[in-house]
Parts: sequence; structure tokens; C-alpha cells
Amino acid sequence: MAKPERKQSKKDFSKDPINKDLTPDQKIALFRDMERIRRFEIVSLAEYQKGVNIGGFLHLYNGQESIAVVSASLMGDHDHMITAYRDHGHALSVGMNMNECMAELFGKIDGCSKGKGGSMHFFAPDKNYWGGHGIVGGQTPLGLGLAFGVKYLEQEGCCLCYLGDGAINQGAFHEALNMASLMDIPVVFVIENNGYSMGTTQQRSSSAPEILAQRAEGYNMAWDVVNGENIYELRVKLNAAMERARKECKPTLFEIDTYRYYGHSVADANHKKYREASEIEQYQHEHDPITTWKNVLIKEGHLNEDLAKQIQKEATKEAKDAVKFALASPAPTVEDISKDIYWEVDNNTEASKQGRYFFND
Amino acid sequence: MKQMTYREALREGMDEELARDENVVIFGEEVAQYNGAYKVTQGLWEKWGDKRVFDTPISEAAFIGMGVGASMLGVRPVMELMFWSFHSVAFDQLVNNAANVRYMSGGQINCPIVVRGPANGGTNVGATHSHVPEAIFASMPGLKVVSPATPEDAKGLIKSAIRDNDPVYVMESTVLYGMSGPVPEDEDFTIPLGKAKIEKEGSDMTIIAHGGSVVHAIAAAEELKEKHNIDAEVVNLRSIRPLDQDTIIESVKKTNRALIVDESKPFCGVSSQLVTLIQEYAFDYLDAPIKRLCTIDAPAIYSKHIEPEQLPNQRRVVEKALELAKA
Repeated sequence: MAKPERKQSKKDFSKDPINKDLTPDQKIALFRDMERIRRFEIVSLAEYQKGVNIGGFLHLYNGQESIAVVSASLMGDHDHMITAYRDHGHALSVGMNMNECMAELFGKIDGCSKGKGGSMHFFAPDKNYWGGHGIVGGQTPLGLGLAFGVKYLEQEGCCLCYLGDGAINQGAFHEALNMASLMDIPVVFVIENNGYSMGTTQQRSSSAPEILAQRAEGYNMAWDVVNGENIYELRVKLNAAMERARKECKPTLFEIDTYRYYGHSVADANHKKYREASEIEQYQHEHDPITTWKNVLIKEGHLNEDLAKQIQKEATKEAKDAVKFALASPAPTVEDISKDIYWEVDNNTEASKQGRYFFND
Repeated sequence: MKQMTYREALREGMDEELARDENVVIFGEEVAQYNGAYKVTQGLWEKWGDKRVFDTPISEAAFIGMGVGASMLGVRPVMELMFWSFHSVAFDQLVNNAANVRYMSGGQINCPIVVRGPANGGTNVGATHSHVPEAIFASMPGLKVVSPATPEDAKGLIKSAIRDNDPVYVMESTVLYGMSGPVPEDEDFTIPLGKAKIEKEGSDMTIIAHGGSVVHAIAAAEELKEKHNIDAEVVNLRSIRPLDQDTIIESVKKTNRALIVDESKPFCGVSSQLVTLIQEYAFDYLDAPIKRLCTIDAPAIYSKHIEPEQLPNQRRVVEKALELAKA
């Protein structure tokens, strides 16, 4: 069974207040940020395939770029973001630079997590970006918690908590949904529905598979579903969910129809077996969020093919420069393995001197 | 004997048990149509069909609990955790329900389940995916834990685990899946739970290990013999609980020195229990304090440049063995 056909909205969202004031520069920035993610991923994949520096898993974001970029474009000072292991796009969108991200993939000390986290565990608390989490669904109670924190601290903000279509069947997620609604927590759970829970189609993994977000009804929670390739529509509807959280302290379950071009991870060698190659091509040719947005901007007169190519070229150069940066950065040492475990120990406090903490020789 | 990989040995063991007992059923994430994330169950869905081999959603707590419940009626579920690291999502089912139901019912209910999957570090997948939880589960009365180190172990232990009437948790290794070795051809070949194997005889010290650490222990023993003229005996535990105390104690009584190589962390790891037993039952035979070589006591580091140094490896085992020899 293939991915269900995407429902296209006929409505023009470009004149909505959240969109009509976008300057041409801001619109081009959305394009640039999506290109930067795509080029970062392509360069990462090439480095991964060399087998020298990048280890473990690599979950690529190609095809889903609009989601992270649009989300970041709507975030204010008290809005937060947390996601699962397909996290490079979110990281770059919130303003993490390619150098620290690439160095993390390379397991180097200048990586955002000092080479300790890897691909699945990018973090930037200073940018309200709380990871990067490896266990399916495990981040959803944390997203609830970040939003609880915002409310508790009496800030006007929200938490955008991302999960895949496979994660909606984890128990912790359902417990989080119930509490979010029960306690009026300003969280927006964003299902990035790319149709495949690793190698399992939505139809084989979820009961009532037509609209996943509809499960919110069981929790008396607002929900919406949106086409991820339409930037204007995505901005309007996601912003509405974020405003519901910020202004009314009400959660939303927000589903975005999207598609991933590569496998679940690079190790997913089966990804052309559980779906047709023609399906992948169709999404790339007809529903690519970057091309779609490019065409919108060309039509509006803000972009031309030459400028688009130049932006792409710059993004590729930035990613390749990041590889050079990562190569030049040193690896962590054996001593580094034992740092960043306890705050008290790292800060050499009185508490750290009482009792034994580590049980090596 | 025939040559096969560790992965093939597990698969053949499950295949034979599916044939032997119609109540054996395999399920987990991607085990059927995808042929297993690590291809351990490859071909089994095609051969046995949807009733005997099926995929579950990403719902570890639900499907492990489902297996526990079904086992109460005599179904014999063999459940794959894509990584044993995901145990924490299903911990209540794995511990509170599986380990305790027999006891709490006064012995009226059995729980003949197998939960299997890889439980190892060394593949640069970071702290959340690199847990080595043998000791956590072995510390729970009611549960059994085995850790195959070779293809022979894999075949013999998976078959015994499936036939066993208690919950058996099989801790495999992604690092070992592709390793080849001889496996007996007899369809009724099994390895009893609770029986260790002396992989290499020796007289100067006993190196005790399980799972992937056995490979490092054997390589280190060879290096110790060639370069340092130290003749180490290597004990492959195979089974953590039940534990073959006799083989361990007899070996230490013979060699008078013990080194434990354990990929789990040092605090309350498998090694801690072994140290206790050795000091309790072989104290008078020891010529030196027992040594341990464990994973460095920190969450698993991602960086492939340094992760091998956090884990037991041949060089670290040799260095520790030389310390023990001089002690």
C-alpha cells in the first residue's frame, strides 16, 4: 500500500495577515534556509558514505524541509522546539550553524554536543532548541514539560514538539496528550507524517489511518492537518495553533503531510522495497517543498532561476566548508568520556567531594 | 558442524522452533515484511505467514505486554526489541508483569516468553541506543538472561530460550551478527541455560566474559600467550541467570587469578556479582585481588574516534591482564 494521495487546498493563504507582511527578503530567507538544510544533508550523506568520520545512524530530512523552516519563522522569544532523531533540519532552522552540526556528525570536540551525541542528539538551549532525541516518542513528554515550564514561568509562549507518524502509537505520547488537554498546557504536537514508520506504511501501523491528528478528539483537543509543501498555508495554520497555545494555553495536535526522499535512516537499505521508486520520484518532481516555494517566489517576482542557483551554490559551499571545519576539529579524548555526566562534578562543588561518583579503577 | 553467521544461527534456531511448536509466534517492529531491522528474522514471514510472524507498531509496552498476556494461555511469543535499549519504554511489562506474575499467582501462571534483540555498544549510535542491560534484568528474580557470544551459542541458546517455560531475555550483539563460526547440524542441538563454556584452557589466570566481550577476551588471551607467555583460561558465561557458578569457581581455583571482562558499567554490573561469588567461594585460592575491565563509567559516547576506548577491547583487556599477572 502506497502513501495516501495528498489533499491539496485550493484556498490562497498568501494574503493572510501572517503572510502578507513578509518582505521579499524574508521570503527568500525561507527558500535559502530550506536549501541550506538540503545541501547540508546531501553533503552529510556523501561524508557518511566515505565511512571514515560519521558513525551510527543518519536520518536525513530531505523532502521535509518546509516544516522546520516555517516553524522557526514563526517562533518568538518564549517559543521552544523539540524533536526526535531526524533533527538536522530543525537545528539549522533555529540558527545553529553548519560547522557545529557537521562537527557533531564527525564526532569532534567542536560539535554542538562535543561529539557525544551524534546525529540524533543536536541541542541548542540558547536557541530554545531542546534536541534531538533518539527514542521514538520519548521526546513527547519532554515537549509537554517545556510547555508546562513556559506556563509555570508565566511567559507567553509555546512548545513545538515534533514526532513522526510512527511515534503516535507510543504510550507515552498518549499520556502526554491527555495531560496537555487536561492541564491546559501550551504545547503544539506536530506530527511530521511522511507516511512510513520506518518500513511500515501508515495503514499497517495505525488504526483509523486516514487522519492521524483526529485522535485529538479523544482528548478534547484541537487538531488540524495541513499540506507540508504549501508554505503559506503551513504558516497560517501552524501560527493559529501556536497562538492558541500562547494566548489561550490550549494544546493542538497538528499533522503535516510530508514525504522523505531517503530511507528511514541511511542504514535503511530496504526503502525502495516497501515503497515504489515511482512514488519517491513523484514526490520529488511534483511536491518538492523547495521547488514549490521557488516557483511561488518566481511568480511573485522575488526570485529568478539564477538567484536560486546562486543560493543553492552558496549553501553547498557552506556545507563543504563545514566538512573542512569538522575535519580540522580534534576528536574527544578518553578523559572527555567522563565529563558532562554530573553538574556538581563538572563544577567541582562541595557536593562533588562527598561520596564516590565513578567506579572505574 | 556447518559454518554460519551468528545472525543465521539465531534465524535457524527460531525457524526450527516455529516448525517444532505451533504455539511459537514471532513479533516485533519490522520483523516480518521488512525482514528485521538487522535481518535476523529474514525470510521467516515469507515462510510462516502472518499468523506466526507479524509486525507491530512502534509500541513496545503494548506488544511486550501482549506477549506476556498471551503466554499465560500457552502461546509462546518470541518478541524482538529492535534494540534492547528500547527496554525502558516497556520496562513495566518486562519486569513487573513478566517477572512477577508466576510468583504473585502462587505458581499458577507461567510466562514462557522470549524477548530478544541486540544489547551492545560500539556502533556509534549514542547513549540512548547503546545500553547493555544484562545486569538490570538478571537482578530480577523470575527472569532469565542469556548472552550468546558465538554462532553456536546463538543457535543453542535461542532454542533453549524458546523451549523454556520462564521469561528468557536474549541479549545479542549487532557487532556479532555477521560473525561466522561452526554450529552443530543436529536439529535438537541446544545449549542448556546456566552452562558456561571454557573457550580456551589455561593455567595462569581466568578471564571471564560474556557476549561480545568474549571475542576480546579470546583475542587478548592469544596475545598474552604469544607476547607475554601468560596462559589465560577464557570462560564464556553464555548464560547470566541462571549462572554457571561451578565452572567459574573451579576455573579460578585452578588459575588463582581472575579477570572479569564486562561490557556493562562497573556499578552493579554482571562483573559485580561475579566478584562477590569468587571472593565468597574461592577467596583462599586467590593470589591477587580480582580485576575487572568494564566499560568506562559514563553514558555511551557517540564519537567513533573514541567509543572503542570506552568499551572493552583487546588492548584494554591485555593491559588489565598484565596488571593482574604482576599483582
